[in-house]
Amino acid sequence: MTNNFVIETHELSKSYGRVEAVRQLNLSVKAHHITAFLGLNGAGKSTTIKMLLGMIRPSTGSSELLGKPMSGERGSEGLRKRVAYVSETKQLYGYMTVEEIIRFTRSFYPDWRVDIERRLLARYELPPGRKIDSLSKGMRTKLALLLALARKPELLILDEPSEGLDPLGIEQMLESLVAQCGEGTTIFFSSHQIPEVERIADQVCILHRGRLVLNASLDNIRESYRQVELVFPNVPSESEVRLAGVESIQTKGRQMRVVVSGNVELLVERAHDLRASSVEVAPIGLREVFMETVKES
Amino acid sequence: MLFRLNPTTGQPLYLQLMQQIRHAVESGALQNNEQLPGIRTLAEELVISPNTVVRAYSELAHEGLLELRQGAGAFVSVKRSVALQMDRVHEARGQMRKLLGNFRDAGLDDDEIRRIFEAELFYPAEVSRKR
Repeated sequence: MTNNFVIETHELSKSYGRVEAVRQLNLSVKAHHITAFLGLNGAGKSTTIKMLLGMIRPSTGSSELLGKPMSGERGSEGLRKRVAYVSETKQLYGYMTVEEIIRFTRSFYPDWRVDIERRLLARYELPPGRKIDSLSKGMRTKLALLLALARKPELLILDEPSEGLDPLGIEQMLESLVAQCGEGTTIFFSSHQIPEVERIADQVCILHRGRLVLNASLDNIRESYRQVELVFPNVPSESEVRLAGVESIQTKGRQMRVVVSGNVELLVERAHDLRASSVEVAPIGLREVFMETVKES
Repeated sequence: MLFRLNPTTGQPLYLQLMQQIRHAVESGALQNNEQLPGIRTLAEELVISPNTVVRAYSELAHEGLLELRQGAGAFVSVKRSVALQMDRVHEARGQMRKLLGNFRDAGLDDDEIRRIFEAELFYPAEVSRKR
């Protein structure tokens, strides 16, 4: 192994006319981990994913999948067999039945896992004889997931997999992803669902206006991100508490709320030096971290 | 074993899992030499990343509470030093319970107590280290 990253991008950018959808993105995704890709609508997540897969051409910059450069319109044949993708729209051949598309897809992949196919078909309760056109959105998502998982890819990329699924479906999907990661597949998925990300992800990347604004492990976020509530008889200026690790400061009356990504003890000490009458440190969830990083300043 | 992790608290899941395994050993729910669930099994059961389970198991193995046997899995292994540490934890827990009782009697609610605790955990450690 020369490389522990299965996805790497170098200054990857995409512009549509004057609109910069993705700007100088340097992304690295660790092998055998579950990485979540977060961002508001229009942040550039789908554009990034499509560039990774060679479905659209970057304006500038480059990317590598499984250590191989993606060049041209499509990746090499070999690479496409090792990478599976579940798209946002879950487009499938509507005129085929569930059974037919499974048979069709299976013929392209010699390493097809019949055991996984059978297990998921039963678990997701997919009707083999039904036409794909007549399936609900949730069922179509489950079918797309089945087709991707039974290939047992090295890298699985999913664009908002939980969209359109009911709570039980989401639970089954998360279980499937976790199980697949346990078998050695690297998972990279975009999502708007913070709770599901908080449960299964190892690593979180946040994209905002085409830029990567956070790439951290969830362990690190849980361990180091804190919200500190300060009360001062005489409120100091914000610059006095702007120490290393301070991400945001809000002042209201005698109160100050500071979010730090680390070094909370420095801030607490400074607060005592500044004669704070109250110092309270509380953990902060991924939701708050997300809101802080995508907040317009 | 029944574990329950909370993804929204400010504590890494692997640490939560470590604590719950430790607690299970301390409380006797897990006995010496007993086998823990496999990594994939536990990851699927808790719907967490298998890397989290790997990290918790390997750190506990490093601490000496678990023994990882090649190809067989993770087993509880209570050595004397671990037993000693467990006594200390047990003792500390008793003291903490008393202290908490005092705070609650004084009219503080649990959220207030938690915030005071977190703040103090950071502050005095810094000061005492300097002295």
